[in-house]
Amino acid sequence: MSHSHNHKLPYDETFQCVQCGYCLPACPTYQTMEKETHSPRGRINLVKMAAEGHLTLDELKEPIDLCLGCRACETACPSGVEYGKILEGARDVLASYQERKTSKPMRFAQKVMFQNVFPDSKKLRLAADAIWMYQRTGLQRVAHKGKLTHILPENLWAFEEVLPKVSSPSERRKRPALFHPPTGMAPRFKVAFFKGCIMDAIFEKINRLSMELLALAGCEVIVIPSQTCCGALHAHAGRRDDTMTLAKQNIEAFEKLDVDFIVNNAGGCGAQLVEYHHLFHGDEEWEDRAKALVAKTRDITQVLGQCELPLNKPIPAVVTYQRSCHMTNVQKVTKEPVDLIRQIPGVTFREMANPNMCCGSAGIYNVIHYEESMEVLDVKMGAVKDTQASVIVTTNPGCLLQMKLGVQREGKANEMRAVHLVELLAEACGLADS
Amino acid sequence: MAYSKVDQGILASLRQIIPDPKRLLTDKQDLAGYSYDASFGTYWPEVVIQPKNTEEVAAVIKLANAQKIPVYPRGQSTSLSGGPLPVEGGIVLDLSKMNHKLEVHADDLIAIVSPGVLTAAIHEAAEKVGLMYPPDPSSSAVSTIGGNLAENSGGPLGLKYGVTKDYVLGLEVVTPEGEVIRTGGRTVKNVTGYDLTKLLVGSEGTLGVITEATLQLIPKPPAAATLLAIFDDIVKSGEAISKVLTSGILPAKMEIMDQACIIAVESYEPLGLPVDAEAIILIEVDGHPRAVEEEIREAAEICERIGARQVQIASTAAERANLWKARKMVSPAITRVKPTKISEDATVPRSQIPAMFSRLKQIREKYQVNLVVFGHAGDGNLHPNIVADKRDKEEMQRVEKAVEEIFQAAIELGGTLSGEHGIGNMKAPFMEMELGTAGLDMMKRIKDSWDPNNIMNPGKIFPKPGQKLNLTEE
Repeated sequence: MSHSHNHKLPYDETFQCVQCGYCLPACPTYQTMEKETHSPRGRINLVKMAAEGHLTLDELKEPIDLCLGCRACETACPSGVEYGKILEGARDVLASYQERKTSKPMRFAQKVMFQNVFPDSKKLRLAADAIWMYQRTGLQRVAHKGKLTHILPENLWAFEEVLPKVSSPSERRKRPALFHPPTGMAPRFKVAFFKGCIMDAIFEKINRLSMELLALAGCEVIVIPSQTCCGALHAHAGRRDDTMTLAKQNIEAFEKLDVDFIVNNAGGCGAQLVEYHHLFHGDEEWEDRAKALVAKTRDITQVLGQCELPLNKPIPAVVTYQRSCHMTNVQKVTKEPVDLIRQIPGVTFREMANPNMCCGSAGIYNVIHYEESMEVLDVKMGAVKDTQASVIVTTNPGCLLQMKLGVQREGKANEMRAVHLVELLAEACGLADS
Repeated sequence: MAYSKVDQGILASLRQIIPDPKRLLTDKQDLAGYSYDASFGTYWPEVVIQPKNTEEVAAVIKLANAQKIPVYPRGQSTSLSGGPLPVEGGIVLDLSKMNHKLEVHADDLIAIVSPGVLTAAIHEAAEKVGLMYPPDPSSSAVSTIGGNLAENSGGPLGLKYGVTKDYVLGLEVVTPEGEVIRTGGRTVKNVTGYDLTKLLVGSEGTLGVITEATLQLIPKPPAAATLLAIFDDIVKSGEAISKVLTSGILPAKMEIMDQACIIAVESYEPLGLPVDAEAIILIEVDGHPRAVEEEIREAAEICERIGARQVQIASTAAERANLWKARKMVSPAITRVKPTKISEDATVPRSQIPAMFSRLKQIREKYQVNLVVFGHAGDGNLHPNIVADKRDKEEMQRVEKAVEEIFQAAIELGGTLSGEHGIGNMKAPFMEMELGTAGLDMMKRIKDSWDPNNIMNPGKIFPKPGQKLNLTEE
């Protein structure tokens, strides 16, 4: 055990917790793993004990790793404990401790992923090209038929099967950098679009539809190339320095634009963006510049909610909404998505039981902790099935993939589909085929 | 008495009883999770067991009794008095996973529950059939009924409806020797032999493990209304409370917040409360809609007549929730002042509420502690809360003295150490002060004959020789 690491743990923050336990019912992993170790109160206490030297960092690691980071506990806490800060602080310490212990090739792989791939739109584009080739050439069908994909561990082939059809390279490269409202319509807002990293590679179609929807709703949409990944995945992995580098690049990129809002369509990215100023706490220059970006950041539903959408194609279906944790618990955007769903003609909206519970996706949690994630998903799918919905709406790419996987695991692919809210709205506006 | 340690041999025997490794925890990080509750101190268990049924509980207790290993029943550890703390090591028996049974028999007006069922789930199940399970501890969304039974929990509705013990008709209990017994039954009237049900409820896990309970339900009142009254003089607010209680109205809830509370809430989240007022009281009446309407108006008139500066009445659910918001804000508000919260539940006869307030004020000044008072004024159950910082040793020593004096004041005024939180290990040192030597000895004799090896939740209720209140981490 290394005390030099332990003393960097967020010790003082743990004292805010009075151990009342009100967070327990809100925590998905407490529900599925059924022990205090995997509850918010338990994890806070473990951080405290590790900081005091009663536990080693190795003993702290698993309970922290297995936290989804959904932060539902924060909304249940009567004492206002900032669990997110404690979690991220612990993750930072564990990451730097682990780095020395991780094998060299693994460390290299992580470095490549976090420093080179996620922030690099070109590399992500190439990855998307490869997936497109794979899907397009029929290789995917062959692979499925021969169960070739099953050579991969379950957690990876499970996701491979639910990946959306990615846009073709030419479609993606032809996307304009400026979208205008329909002719004759006075521009309502001028907005910059935050395209994200994975969102713009794998879910490019949803990004494209988002821009078109915003334009259709009367916004002038600007997509600047100098923006980069939001840094959420880095922050969750305890890579604080990388997160700050990315945040600075985004702040610099967007502050050059004179726009009303900076719009994103991914719950996780939005949550990272609205807390950018926390990264620079005490840094006078960057904290203020971060706050300026935060003040303009909006989820797409907040902007669309203020505009009028031509929802002229009815969608006769029962719809339920899987709330993204980061939209609900961090950005606190809960009303707008539901209002938009309800506006679609033909739609019967039915809320699922315990709607605020995490689906288990949580960044790349579902890949790294596949089994634990599937236990959370199974609870979620039980609630979904009870609504008898045929459409599950999400507002975050991770949740979307997870819910697609949920539909598949339940064997309901013929009667149920999972979509991003943007896709459903686009469909109702005649922008896209279903 | 010397206890045995949980060695490899005992672990092997326990594994025979609980073969599922997920329900028998020995990893250090898991044990750490069961070393605390919402009170003070950290005590590590040697093993944590999560039984699923009565047979498993009985087998574990039988083994523990034969091997002389202490056992601590535990719900979800919301306890404020140290109830589930494994102060002597040994086995923590986490009963929160025994949550399979929640039957409502509407025709008999009863519910039959297993101990791990959440209290809020009982509320919900009863309400579905137009009934009500009245005990409503503030922690009901997270606390288990087993924990409520062990600690004899209360809540704001205690004023009109009583506490947990008033709604228990029968129990299934594993005795400290590992036998399964039943007490009471499913009838309201039952006078067969000693009332072991009443003895077991509130015995804090020292006489056995409750594995099933039969609870009485009542018809749910169809309407409710709430008022908020603001007083410039806290003594006047006490008079208003007495006057309402003796006027023929029996409110469902009657809560009070003192000035320090009001200031804390306002600086945390401005709700428009007057920070210069000395107290606010909240009164809720429930029952038949016409009676409710009349009674709330009458209560408002009494408050005004006694000298309330302002009275506000709400009758829709939303308006009522808005008035209760101030009360709900107290906890988050005061922990913003300082992080460590010592929440007491000293209770006095209702006529002594104003006197208790002035004693508390003296204590606050004498020991220079951050003391705020709120609580269930209608039944005399006050919650003097001190906020401090447990890293500050000097401050904590002052707090310890202040708490001791709070208990003294309550007892001198004819009250009691605990209205609803239980004694646990925290208040054990003061038991003799309330019960006297012979009184406490009588209780101890009961304990000794039920549990000759003293394996059931040792260290609770009964003080060790020379035991003092300790609020600092050792």
